[in-house]
Amino acid sequence: MIKNTKNIILKTDNLTIGYSQKKRNKIVLSKINIAIESGTLISVLGKNGIGKSTLLRTLSKVQKPISGFVYLDEQSLDSYSESALSKRLSLVLTERLPESQLTVFELIALGRQPYTNWIDTLSRVDLEKIDTAIKQTEITHLKNELFYELSDGQLQRVLIARALAQDTAVIILDEPTAHLDMYQTINIFTLLQKLVKETNKTIIISSHEINLALKLSDQIILMTENNLQFGTTAALVSQNIFDTIFPDTLLKFDKSLEQFVIKSS
Amino acid sequence: MLKQTPKKKFLLLFVLLLILGLLNISLGSVSIPFYDILDILTGNISIKESWLTIILNFRVPKAITAILVGSGLSVAGLLMQTLFRNPLAGPFVLGISSGASFGVALFILGGSLFSGFLLTNSISYWSLPIASSLGAFFVLSAVIVAANKVKNTMSILIIGLMFGSLTAALISILTYFSEASQIQQFLFWSFGSLGNLSWNELFIFSSIYGISILATLTIIKPLNSLLLGENYAKSTGINIKKSRNIILLITSILTGVITAFAGPIAFIGLAVPHIARIIFSTANHKVLIPAVLLLGAIVMLICDTIAQLPASEFTLPINAITSLFGAPIVIWLLIRKKKLFV
Repeated sequence: MIKNTKNIILKTDNLTIGYSQKKRNKIVLSKINIAIESGTLISVLGKNGIGKSTLLRTLSKVQKPISGFVYLDEQSLDSYSESALSKRLSLVLTERLPESQLTVFELIALGRQPYTNWIDTLSRVDLEKIDTAIKQTEITHLKNELFYELSDGQLQRVLIARALAQDTAVIILDEPTAHLDMYQTINIFTLLQKLVKETNKTIIISSHEINLALKLSDQIILMTENNLQFGTTAALVSQNIFDTIFPDTLLKFDKSLEQFVIKSS
Repeated sequence: MLKQTPKKKFLLLFVLLLILGLLNISLGSVSIPFYDILDILTGNISIKESWLTIILNFRVPKAITAILVGSGLSVAGLLMQTLFRNPLAGPFVLGISSGASFGVALFILGGSLFSGFLLTNSISYWSLPIASSLGAFFVLSAVIVAANKVKNTMSILIIGLMFGSLTAALISILTYFSEASQIQQFLFWSFGSLGNLSWNELFIFSSIYGISILATLTIIKPLNSLLLGENYAKSTGINIKKSRNIILLITSILTGVITAFAGPIAFIGLAVPHIARIIFSTANHKVLIPAVLLLGAIVMLICDTIAQLPASEFTLPINAITSLFGAPIVIWLLIRKKKLFV
């Protein structure tokens, strides 16, 4: 497959995100104009409470923008029906799953719901897609396990497999590395990087693992108070933006390493 | 894998249901030889007239009622547990059963308050079911209105609980101002009863039941998707609002009609889905719905067989039996499994 990197899959036009309340809107960030190419891994970075989740929720139509537009495949998100959108965009959320006796296979199979008939019968194509997703995330050995018995890292892979089975051009993951240890975190990041390369999907994640994200992402969305920067790690580094996101008492940004390091006292 | 396939389990349960059904029909205050019962059931009517009446007009309708009540309440319980993703949900929790009780209470007890408005001493055949359904429907409408305003399912669950408390309080007030005879009448209704249904009533009951169960089959897909929570369900193209309203509607119709015809019956709706999950160890509604239908019918037949105290003239209140024998079973199952699922 020839990788066409010029193809813009997700675009925002003067987007203002926030929460609309009865009397006045609570604006998180306004005038967001970004254009995301297909086949890229995008990390949304920023400190706690800056609005990473709000941005991802708005991009995935879970939440309405205050003003402005989001375009997916040059078509406004507003004009997508729930079922049409479910074939273009899939999610991996941070929320805890209700405790049920679903097996890993059944959970991944739920990702095929946009395509299955009224009684949820899995066709040959469905089974193939599920199988591919399981192989891509390397969880074949977990297939028949009950999902609630998995470790956090394994569960994250299963949820990614579910999103892959949904067969969408864009996958949005909200903090997929929360609660994971260092090894599992790197594991998930490299898995996502591999998936982007292999499948030409666009994957957007929010993360607090800034150092890893800077190394492994194709592009970075950096959110600060009143501002949003979008570009490759190198481009953002050259603009000296990273010095400003944290108070400079404990951490400093090492330009040559393109990493945050602890200040030696 | 040592696990039996679901097909085998279904077959076993079905055979068990048939045996229990026969057992239920053959036991009662009048003892009738088993072979004569088989004769009557297979269409031989050249047997003692009184036996024929007992079997065909009392015991068979009662067994059918038990099957409809048990399976219907169990489906309602399963739907509530999945919708609210809460293993403790059931028709009682949403306040629907309380609403039905309130309808009946207003009818039986309210008579003295409203100076005999509507009824004299004799309560007509149809009044109770209608009052009960209206009560259930009233609470349901309130819950649906609330459900469309409140997005959080947990809040809806609590709103349902509040409606339950409200109606219970209103029933207490009604009881306080009522005469002893009326209180007794209401008390008897609240014991629950599977008997007393004519074939005509049974026909109406089973039609409403049948439509509700068919409707349940059409929402298997949204039910399964709800197992991952509403946000995931929405992201796979499920219309949450519509699915939620359909689930609430089916539950309230089932609970309303069952409470109307058989009284408020506790425990079944909450417990049977858990028994089904333990036996089939799955969360898939394609398996769980037929499983709770069969198990609900089986459990209700067992309870009814116990309630009629074989070889005696007495019949214990069915509501007491479902709780008395059901609750310890559930406690035991849960202690053994140590975990409650949705």
